[in-house]
Amino acid sequence: MLKHLKLPLMLMAAVSLAGCQYEVLAPSGWVAVQERNLLIISTVLMLLIIVPVIFMTVYFPWKYRADREDTSDYAPEWAHSTKLELIVWSVPVVIVAILGVFLAIYTYRLDPYRPLDHTENMGEPIEVEAVSLDWKWLFIYPEEGVASVNELYIPEGRPVNMKLSSSTVMNTFWVPALAGMVYSMAGMETQLHFIADEQGEFQSRSAHYSGPGFSQMVFKTHAVSDDDYNAWIEKLKGEGAPLTRASYLELEKPTIAAPISYYSSVEEGLFDRVVGLCVEENKICMGEMMMLDMHRHAGNLEGAETPDAAATEHDAEANAEGEHSEGMNVLPKSLFEYDKQRSIDGHGHLIGAPSDEGQDDAHNGGMEEISALDVRRMMAAAALSSDGLCLPNQEYASNGN
Amino acid sequence: MATEVAQTTQESISPIFGRLSLESIPYHEPILIFTFLGVAVAGLIVLGLMTYYKAWKPLWTDWVTTIDHKKIGIMYMVLGFIMFVRGFADALMMRLQQAMAAGGAEGYLPAHHYDQVFTAHGVIMIFFVAMAFITGIMNFVMPLQIGARDVAFPFLNNFSFWMTVAGALLVNLSLFIGEFARVGWLAFPPLSGAAYSTGPGMDYYLWALQIAGIGTTLSGVNMVATIFKMRAPGMKLFDMPIFTWTALCTNILIVAAFPVLTATLTMLTLDRYLGTHFFTNDLGGNPMMYVNLIWIWGHPEVYILILPLFGVFSEIVATFSRKPLFGYKTMVWATACIMVLSFVVWLHHFFTMGSGANVNTFFGITTMIIAVPTGVKIFNWLFTMYKGRVHFEVPMLWVIGAIVTFTIGGMTGVMLAIPPVDFQFHNSLFLIAHFHNVIIGGVVWGVYAAVYYWWPKAFGFKLHDGLGKASFWCWFVGFYLAFMPLYALGLIGVTRRINSYDDPAWQPYFVIAAIGAVMILFGILFTFANFAYSIYKRKELACGSDPWDARTLDWATQSPPAKYNFPQDLHIRGRDEFWRMKQEGFKWSKNYSPIHMPHYTHAGFVLSALAMIFGFAMIWYIWWLAVVAFVGVVSFTIYHTFNYNRDYYIPTEEIAETEAKGATV
Repeated sequence: MLKHLKLPLMLMAAVSLAGCQYEVLAPSGWVAVQERNLLIISTVLMLLIIVPVIFMTVYFPWKYRADREDTSDYAPEWAHSTKLELIVWSVPVVIVAILGVFLAIYTYRLDPYRPLDHTENMGEPIEVEAVSLDWKWLFIYPEEGVASVNELYIPEGRPVNMKLSSSTVMNTFWVPALAGMVYSMAGMETQLHFIADEQGEFQSRSAHYSGPGFSQMVFKTHAVSDDDYNAWIEKLKGEGAPLTRASYLELEKPTIAAPISYYSSVEEGLFDRVVGLCVEENKICMGEMMMLDMHRHAGNLEGAETPDAAATEHDAEANAEGEHSEGMNVLPKSLFEYDKQRSIDGHGHLIGAPSDEGQDDAHNGGMEEISALDVRRMMAAAALSSDGLCLPNQEYASNGN
Repeated sequence: MATEVAQTTQESISPIFGRLSLESIPYHEPILIFTFLGVAVAGLIVLGLMTYYKAWKPLWTDWVTTIDHKKIGIMYMVLGFIMFVRGFADALMMRLQQAMAAGGAEGYLPAHHYDQVFTAHGVIMIFFVAMAFITGIMNFVMPLQIGARDVAFPFLNNFSFWMTVAGALLVNLSLFIGEFARVGWLAFPPLSGAAYSTGPGMDYYLWALQIAGIGTTLSGVNMVATIFKMRAPGMKLFDMPIFTWTALCTNILIVAAFPVLTATLTMLTLDRYLGTHFFTNDLGGNPMMYVNLIWIWGHPEVYILILPLFGVFSEIVATFSRKPLFGYKTMVWATACIMVLSFVVWLHHFFTMGSGANVNTFFGITTMIIAVPTGVKIFNWLFTMYKGRVHFEVPMLWVIGAIVTFTIGGMTGVMLAIPPVDFQFHNSLFLIAHFHNVIIGGVVWGVYAAVYYWWPKAFGFKLHDGLGKASFWCWFVGFYLAFMPLYALGLIGVTRRINSYDDPAWQPYFVIAAIGAVMILFGILFTFANFAYSIYKRKELACGSDPWDARTLDWATQSPPAKYNFPQDLHIRGRDEFWRMKQEGFKWSKNYSPIHMPHYTHAGFVLSALAMIFGFAMIWYIWWLAVVAFVGVVSFTIYHTFNYNRDYYIPTEEIAETEAKGATV
């Protein structure tokens, strides 16, 4: 007897040993705890109906099997009962109505965009800006002016206000022990608010498939005491290199299983430039582009027809190089192009981003000499007040509220 | 432009072969070489046997060119099972990889290959297995149930089938020429865009789905027209068998939803080929627009798949309980509710993209509302069995197993409909377990039930009982072994589409799941063995035209049905007409009149072959061939319109002879 049970027993032992890591069920932060509670509430509510249904699905065919002793209860034409059909519709309606109330309450309470305010005894929030790169995570701490790659430290008991974006394709940021996931998407900013109520080291990862390095796009989130957190920040300030636009572009190149690394300082407004897809020189941030579009569509182009001398010059130059496009009366199109070749060949081998550089040079053509000042001047020519232009900001994030 | 960069620096495009070169043949991948050898050897054996038995001519005249809805239905099922083998092989490969690649081990599949495998698994299982199965069942059963001689547009039916085959062939071609996409089955941009998915894989995806999609859309149009216009005299909408109702709702969904897929994929194709910016990051493109559009098709799609099987469950439960379906009208309205509601829930596939609480709450609640009509259906099946005489034949076994399993899958589905819960489960293995729970427990087992149920109608003999039961129990146990560990892994926080992981504690779960997959393999093999064995023993298993004592008109024909289905026009007086006919001791009269039938034609096959060549040429940038094939499609279509020899009358003598002979096995 025991012999037959050996394999199942071993498997059960293995499963129960692993039991301590059901992080979704045994979370360590308020947000994930709430999500877990809702999971349990909804499961119990549904089991009220599911268990009887499964029971009946097995019991009815057995009870009314064709070869039963007494078939006098066979009702060959019975196919309708208003009373039963009312019950059949109303039971699920009631369950769904109750579930719906919970759903609405918790969806508003746990909106990832909503700053945490569930209790008075929270510490000061910290700000983190997370960027998903190919295939690693960059965490910028704007208040501290430091950044880390593939390692997230947060102080216990203090809310984390996180903004997310992506440098390439879509990813999601997920720390199951602390909060559900949110997407990071290029050109858009999303937000996530969460808190760690206990110290610990939590497995974390991107949960949306993003290419060959996806499986290795994992990192650890460390929830530590305030002192340890400060010590870690100091360590970054001491050990790291500065994170500038140039070094960000270097970091952005595809790597798989990148090691943890630190940056001691972060260039002003870098995250906003990531969101605006304008970390590179000579790119117009998405926000400005949208502003340009908006004014164009408002038909406010009188200014563009009498551009000032500088703009005319550039216009001619662009024309000469064939860069001029119909839609952009004044500004060359390449200023608005953000997607870069990720450089995986047809067989999945990384070609390595450097091969882009040569192409980019050729591709940008004569754009090098256009300075930011020129861009502003050209915009002015397009009847746009440069004061009115928004700097890269979050207005165009996917979330409307 | 990024695309131009890709083309000029990484691939040279020959004017004759496009970007196709010897390098495109994956001869350095041993797995693919062995697969190719296996396929080649098996293919040669089949070709040899067909030549030996002189099967080529009958294959062409009786099957390839057929426009008989029954034969097309059977061909769809064959296509479905062949592609099922391919898709299931992908599943086994994934299970093996994940069972191996723990704690630093890399397994045997590199990311490049593994990522193609999971993409192909999803694409094949949805588009070429599930869709082929449901279209096949609807094709075979629905015209019989409404007392029609064929579908409304018989040639279109043949054309739709071959377009689906063309798409399926393109997907399989990608195994041995080039590669398949590495993007996940819905191919979200920017990952699927020109900048991030270079190479032909993504183009295989686009053209295969576009070509097959044309077939699906036209088949939807065809069946809606059939149900509305071809019903036997006297049959009102509310007299239709419930399977026909679900087929109607499904095909309305197809007609409404598939154009969205076509448009979405067209825009992505334009992005990739012409450098437009619908879904790119730059120049005002928006990848989230694609995500919305693809799910506006994608969510109705899951109901397209499940609704016909709800119909199958209803027919089988009623037949084997020897009672009419409980709450027929309720059932119809529940189906219609699901049909409408399926269009207002798409956003629940991306609660996690930051839509805000208002939007998430709306879509969460609409999603849960769908659970109401679905629950009603389950209750109706239960009350159909209540006070019946339930016969535990093999089809009934599949249905009971499916109802239990589908109910569990429905429960986890409602959990996922709750946005804050979904935040934790989105993209996790919990989600994977959920949709396999409903697709296997609903669609796949429903298809098995339908195959076991209508096989005697299609061929005149039953499938073997013992092998059928063995198949069911292997599938049943295998399913729970394979997918319950995935629920557990989801609770641990494991995501889908990983090809390796660091934590060795996850490995036992993956090993159990792999064992479950092997059990499912036996479930599949038992049914294939059953086909072979039952064909071999067909004389002993012969069963007459109505072996299950069924209730609907499909059983009023001979088994297999004559090509004209019914020798005389029927006059329908209500629901379960065949049941009434049997009780009244109905016999066909001997007074026959000639029956008007359409001629077979090879046009559908030729057009689809040309379309496939066009697709292949577009995938490999062989522009001259694309132009030639496209011109070929257009001119052959015009040529076909001049074919006036389209129909004929079956003389009364032939009908009398067929009817007198009765069905032969």
